[in-house]
Amino acid sequence: MNDPVAPERSAGTGEPGAGRGASAVRNTSEVPIPPTSEADGKPSVVRPGDRIFKGLATGSGIFIVVLIGAIGLFLIVQAIPSLRIDQANFLTSREWSTGDVHNLRFGILDLLLVTIAVALLALVIAMPVALGIALFLTQYAPRRLARIFAYVVDLLAAVPSIIFGLWGLFVLGPVLTPFAKWLSEHLGGIPLFKQGNVLIELGGTIFTAGIVVAVMILPIITAVSREVFERTPIMHREGAIALGATKWEVVRTTVWPFGKAGYVSASMLGLGRALGETIALTIILSSTIKPFSGSLFDGGATFASKIALAASEFNDPKLVGAYIAAGLVLFALTFIVNAIARSIVAGHKEYE
Amino acid sequence: MKIKRHGAALGLVAAGALLLTACGSDNNTSNGSSSSGSSSAPAAAVDCGGKPKLAAEGSSAQQGAMDVFIQAYKAKCTSQDLAYNPTGSGAGVKQFNAGQVDFGGSDSALDATKGEVDAAAKRCQSNPAWNLPMVFGPIAVSYKLSNVDGLTLDAPAIAKIFNGGITNWNDPAIAKLNSGKTLPDKKIAVIYRSDDAGTTDNFQKYLTTASKGAWTQGVGKKFVGGVGEGKEKSAGVSQAVASVDGAITYAEWSYAQNNKLSIAKIDTGAGGVELTSDTVGKAIDGAKIKGTGNDLVLDLNSIYGSTTAGAYPLVLATYELVCSKGLDADTTKAVKAFLTVAATDGQAGLKDAGYAPLPKAFQDKLLTAIKAIA
Repeated sequence: MNDPVAPERSAGTGEPGAGRGASAVRNTSEVPIPPTSEADGKPSVVRPGDRIFKGLATGSGIFIVVLIGAIGLFLIVQAIPSLRIDQANFLTSREWSTGDVHNLRFGILDLLLVTIAVALLALVIAMPVALGIALFLTQYAPRRLARIFAYVVDLLAAVPSIIFGLWGLFVLGPVLTPFAKWLSEHLGGIPLFKQGNVLIELGGTIFTAGIVVAVMILPIITAVSREVFERTPIMHREGAIALGATKWEVVRTTVWPFGKAGYVSASMLGLGRALGETIALTIILSSTIKPFSGSLFDGGATFASKIALAASEFNDPKLVGAYIAAGLVLFALTFIVNAIARSIVAGHKEYE
Repeated sequence: MKIKRHGAALGLVAAGALLLTACGSDNNTSNGSSSSGSSSAPAAAVDCGGKPKLAAEGSSAQQGAMDVFIQAYKAKCTSQDLAYNPTGSGAGVKQFNAGQVDFGGSDSALDATKGEVDAAAKRCQSNPAWNLPMVFGPIAVSYKLSNVDGLTLDAPAIAKIFNGGITNWNDPAIAKLNSGKTLPDKKIAVIYRSDDAGTTDNFQKYLTTASKGAWTQGVGKKFVGGVGEGKEKSAGVSQAVASVDGAITYAEWSYAQNNKLSIAKIDTGAGGVELTSDTVGKAIDGAKIKGTGNDLVLDLNSIYGSTTAGAYPLVLATYELVCSKGLDADTTKAVKAFLTVAATDGQAGLKDAGYAPLPKAFQDKLLTAIKAIA
């Protein structure tokens, strides 16, 4: 991928002194304004720096597109042979039995539902909390305190996910058990809280997993939202204050409308992270043969955790293909989520 | 700017510390290093030397034993070392056949139908590869049930528990095996391995062989019983059983011990057999070998189906895959030295790590095979 960049760079660095000297002369004699704009239809001056930077930037852009395309292509190529011999319906079957490579039966419905359930629960918990933190840090907290706080929140992002997993299994799970039991006993009438397909005592439920993942995506949403809120034009805020707005009204009338799109985009970023979370979920979620019933107290496996649980014993390309097919769906799901995030951001001109 | 830099440094340090913790908590299987007690095995003549750092890869079920062997190897042959990468049996076979490691570790012998035997022979310069069953790890049917200790089960009962045929602890089938014990009217919570594991495969093979038709679900590295819930790795299932009364699982011996779980005795026809090194040794002694010559492939049915009084039948055998010939002299010398140490001095610490030491007769067979490697 460096190929398109390298020649450009060597050409540029070949005569840096000469180039600069020439353009400096031209600057004073012909063009009074630095030649950055393409105004007047005149051919603009191109300096080595321009060429290098353009090359690097274009190269990076192409690189990422090619990379993602290659990932997608790899997944498809690897998945197709297994998909063709799949004895169950890949999209609607809840079955996942890959023990016998001559009779592969796998479908992703349960994986998809559990993945979405965990990610949504995490998002529902993390979004309001992250919004609160970001607003506190940018609007309410004293400057110095805000800075320290921001570091602490960012530190959460540096905790490896296996730590979150172990914490969820050994610490949080047992703590949540009485609460989860209370919920399923008293609110069992609501489908969301009905008795699930695994033991609540063990804590290997979507409920526990969702809360742990919420903590994991919190720093991402907070960090991005904070940056956006901080960039509220000072004029807007001062204008509101001058009109007699209270702090809450300032937030509501200037910060929120300005930062809303950024906040949603940050949440989508967090959602993408939640969808792909692996190790913590392999540790926390109890797997089960029973289908997902729509309760928060169900167990199961997400795309990523299912792959991770089986990865150590992969010994047949067809078997691997089945899991790669699942990975492909996750890839598509993440792609859709990100596309939604982009379109939300693009729909708000004030953010651009 | 200054504060920012400090913050970054602080973050790095904290992240580093957490990473280290992560590494530490993942490898809690080996307590072998603490057990370098007196060696009961005869001090063998070991020809140290050769390649200073061997590499092996494969079955995670034998990782704990490998740690013990490596300690013994380092003590016996100073400046020699071996790195064992517990990536799973599938990876072990693959890496061995690809010539990436000096020997492989696997829960099952090389499979001719999958072309593994041919690939291994190719790797060994057209010499056969041998399967040497060096590590025997008993699988404990471990449970937690308040006020019930020393429960006895037989293979059909275990099979029915793990496929949903028996759902309550006071089921007549269990009561019959435990006369004189009061069993609570409690639901059995079955916990199985959610990850693909050789332990699961062996457990299901055992049930297929020994349960007299009660287990019809089949075998494989995935649990196929159809009941209960899965937890990741041996540590996960053991921890889960420890936290719920009425739960039962299958796990390597060391995990049952470390989590202080009760271990069921297994009745093979002559009363409950407790899981001890002696009872496991007896089962290994009764094992038949179906490989030819020095290729010591075990006939697992002879262990699982054992009805010998006092033999604990639920034993997982893991192999070392070695080239009988064809490696360079340096590597061969070191591999032989390592395996010799493992089969002799290395046996001493095995019990504490949850494995069964080799009985004398079997040890002699292995040593003969190791000597024959050229």
